[in-house]
Amino acid sequence: MPTPTDDVMRTADGTPLKISLQRALVRSRLRALLLVLPLLAFVLVFFLFPIGHMLFRSVDNRIVGSVLPRTAVAIQDWDPDRAKLPDEAVFEALVRDIQAAFKDRTLGRVGRRLNYEKPGMSSLFRKSGRGAARITGAPYRDRMIAIDKRWGDSSTWRLIHRESGALTSAYFLAAADLKLSERGAIVRQPEPRRIYLTLFYRTLWMSGLITVLCLLLGYPVSYLLATLPLRISNLLMILVLLPFWTSLLVRTTAWIALLQTEGVLNDIMVFAGLLSEDGRLQMIHNKFGTVVAMVHILLPFMILPLYSVMKTIPPSLMRAARSLGATPFTAFVRVYMPNTVAGVGAGCIMVFILSIGYYITPALVGGRTGTFISNFIALHVGETLNWGLAAALGALLLGLVLALYLIYDRIVGVDNMKLG
Amino acid sequence: MKRVWSSLAMVAALALAAGSAQAQNLNVVSWGGAYTASQQQAYHDPYMAANPGVKIVNHDLGSGALAKLRAEVESGKVTLDLIDMTAADAIIACDEGLVEPIEPDTWLAAAPDGTPASKDFFAGTLTVGGTNCFIPQIVYSTTFGYRTDAFKGKQPSSLLDVFDLKAFPGKRALEKRPNNNMEWALIADGVPAKDVYKMLSTDEGVARAFAKLDTIKDQVIWWTKGAQPPQLLADGEVVIASAYNGRLFSAIVEKKQPIAIVWDWQAFDLDGWVVPKGGKNLAAVKKYVRFATDTQRLADQAKYISYGPARHSSAGLVGKHAKLGVDMKPHMPTSPENSKTVLISDYVWWADHQAELNDKFNAWLAK
Amino acid sequence: MPLPIYASPLERAWHYTYRVICAVIFVFLIGPIFVIIPLSFNELPYFTFTPEMLSLDPAGYSTKWYREFFTEASWQDAVWNSLVIAVFATLISTVLGTLAALGLSRSEMPFKTAFMALLISPMIVPLIISATGMYFFYALIGISSTHLGVILAHAALGTPFVLITVTATLAGFDHSLPQVAATLGANPVQTFFKVTMPLILPGVVSGALFAFITSFDEVVVVLFVGSVEQRTIPWKMFSGIREEIRPTILAVATLLVCVSILLLTTLELLRRRGERLRGVRAS
Repeated sequence: MPTPTDDVMRTADGTPLKISLQRALVRSRLRALLLVLPLLAFVLVFFLFPIGHMLFRSVDNRIVGSVLPRTAVAIQDWDPDRAKLPDEAVFEALVRDIQAAFKDRTLGRVGRRLNYEKPGMSSLFRKSGRGAARITGAPYRDRMIAIDKRWGDSSTWRLIHRESGALTSAYFLAAADLKLSERGAIVRQPEPRRIYLTLFYRTLWMSGLITVLCLLLGYPVSYLLATLPLRISNLLMILVLLPFWTSLLVRTTAWIALLQTEGVLNDIMVFAGLLSEDGRLQMIHNKFGTVVAMVHILLPFMILPLYSVMKTIPPSLMRAARSLGATPFTAFVRVYMPNTVAGVGAGCIMVFILSIGYYITPALVGGRTGTFISNFIALHVGETLNWGLAAALGALLLGLVLALYLIYDRIVGVDNMKLG
Repeated sequence: MKRVWSSLAMVAALALAAGSAQAQNLNVVSWGGAYTASQQQAYHDPYMAANPGVKIVNHDLGSGALAKLRAEVESGKVTLDLIDMTAADAIIACDEGLVEPIEPDTWLAAAPDGTPASKDFFAGTLTVGGTNCFIPQIVYSTTFGYRTDAFKGKQPSSLLDVFDLKAFPGKRALEKRPNNNMEWALIADGVPAKDVYKMLSTDEGVARAFAKLDTIKDQVIWWTKGAQPPQLLADGEVVIASAYNGRLFSAIVEKKQPIAIVWDWQAFDLDGWVVPKGGKNLAAVKKYVRFATDTQRLADQAKYISYGPARHSSAGLVGKHAKLGVDMKPHMPTSPENSKTVLISDYVWWADHQAELNDKFNAWLAK
Repeated sequence: MPLPIYASPLERAWHYTYRVICAVIFVFLIGPIFVIIPLSFNELPYFTFTPEMLSLDPAGYSTKWYREFFTEASWQDAVWNSLVIAVFATLISTVLGTLAALGLSRSEMPFKTAFMALLISPMIVPLIISATGMYFFYALIGISSTHLGVILAHAALGTPFVLITVTATLAGFDHSLPQVAATLGANPVQTFFKVTMPLILPGVVSGALFAFITSFDEVVVVLFVGSVEQRTIPWKMFSGIREEIRPTILAVATLLVCVSILLLTTLELLRRRGERLRGVRAS
């Protein structure tokens, strides 16, 4: 190897130092990445991908195209504004599709799917399945209309035309109490069917209330803990940490025991003569029960960040304000409180985020008026089988949570998050 | 320590061979509680005694069974072998091709006198809603129970009394879904039973049903699980509750609670088996189903719970309660005394209107 | 916050009112948890104090709900399932979380914040969304209704806690120490186990405890991903509350409170040890 003659600094093997350092940096970056990689892969495969996969159902509309493949293609040539009904070829495709789907026993899927958009489609397809099995030749249109006159109704065909694509906006619209009209315009659901906006509003409103209550209860306690001598505050901290570490089902159970009509609080009030035996208060299975139990469950999430911020505020600050002539109240409001804003922000967003996604406690004590959007997602997944709608509601909820998460990241920074 | 190792082995085995359940295990889904117990005693135990190689594992998924079934069939990895469902769910499952079609006379045992199964099961129950996947076991009903110590003098005796807060004040418990409640509201409002579904197909009919329900809305606690209403009655949280008649029977006769039944306009329903499509143990399932739905077994189940067997030939064999020695016939929803006025759900109508009415019902509840 | 000697009467009055308010809030926090303890010894199957209990009549008390818990096979299975699932889930999340924290705390780590935000997401995403996502996807890959499925799901939920606590420990970690060890001739494995590990151990253990309790308390995911063979304690409690509410649930709740006291104590001891080791003065 010829001796280098320029004045570049080199390592022992002759590589320029700059390049060598760069290589070292790349290597150590790779090492750092390599350490993160297993967790990243794990979270991607077993957490993030499943969620994405589920949320895709909110726009996935492959049912019509897969059960009625010929019809979905043939109907593309039909212009609903020019001809009332599609032509004979589309009817023939429909008959063949229905016959095949009836044999495969998949016809009910398309009936159910379209029934979400237009009640009655379910029975139309069931009836047509049996009827079409007997059709052997033309005229297909007249024979289908003979089976059920709704095949001669352009609204049925407009619906199939609209929902024959691979993607749909119908679930997101439904999640916002909207729908597509027969002619494809976005309109509100009829009044008696509007429910999800109310639920989102209720979820947000109650979460806001819970957050405010947590702040009102958490602030004085955190202040006390931050200003008491360490020996005492450590002891009192146990009173905050024990609930934090106690199963939320245990705490929900406790509130049921306390609040139910034949429960501890009602018994005490009846015993004390505050209530009559018949006048027992309904404190659970409604908003009140949900709010009380959730404030109890989420309060530690408010106290802990508040406490850790207040801990860093030197006591001399308040004394200085006092010595400069501020009343205790002014000193507290104008000097102390502004210093706690970061803690207030962190605590509030944390409580709010946890609250809007809550499922268990509202499910157990929510009753008629205290249930959250999460409970409806569970209902649509587990019982009504409207998975597209569940996914759309989930996507909206997740969007909300992520927006708040970003704000949290701005205020606190996710890498500064602390526990206990 | 042995447990630790066996558990480790179990985890490892599940990891390696997920889905390929051992041949002798049959995963049977049912409702849990007293109902599964009655099936255990009447069907599972005698079957396992006669077939030592088979182990029946009970999964109580209740009304979540249909969703689980659909998720499994969609993924192509079916672990459930046999599911106990209401007729309404079975119709959906059959329509969507999630369950196997059945041939009654080859799958099911004939009556002792040789009557083929297709004639021996109650008319129309094997083809409920025009489907051919459902094997009915029992006729049950959702009816009303009330606390006998809640009212002085006159006791509730009709559907009208449920809506009569003046004569019968106190909290009610109703199921948190539109089914039955909407029909009852209209009947209580004077609509003839035969016109109920025609009425509910219109916006005015739905509004009328809600208007009737509005009269008691403040006094209603809504239940979601069959075990809740008897519990609410027993705890005194409510004075009248709609409930499955078998659960009421158990509260009254077995637990001796001060509860009585109003049979007026009891809502009949069917419950039975469906066989998931793509299950791995089809032959074993068929063998089990043939046994579990024969005349004697269906009659035996009525020894443990007051649901009526769905076969004509079983009716005569219904005897006394296995432990209490109570004659079971008067507690059956199907007994002539109890079934003077009966609400029969129109499954096909509900398949069309369930989603719409769920929304309307939930919107009404939220108000 | 001692009351200064120059405080006015109004300040004094406020000072004591304030303490009373705080006391009430503390009672609100802790009271419900302790109310269930005596209730769990109720002789009758009610969730309230009977007259016999209030008059401290021994006949009003009974340990039968505890007996029921310790003898009923389904509760015993639930305890076993809870432990197996929580232990394995904790193992997975602790190993993966600690490794990732070591990587993320290196100054050379690129896109640190983005990775952190992604990896903490299991803690932020509403459980019902995680649970339904897993419900469908785990069925698709054939691990729904298995212990493995629930373990993996819980491990995913537990990793953010390990990540956060270990990262926090590493923040006070002197990164020259491993380098010193290396220059003194230790290989990377030795350095990790002899130098790094002992120092971050308190963070790892408290992260593991968080992961453990996350799994041990979790009910939404197990309801969706699991089946009856994975029935855990929270599952039993949830269905018990929804269906037939019996004081056995209170007995279980009391036992779980004891478990949390135990965990809390462990955590506190660890915190102190950690501060001692890292030379942080108890602040």
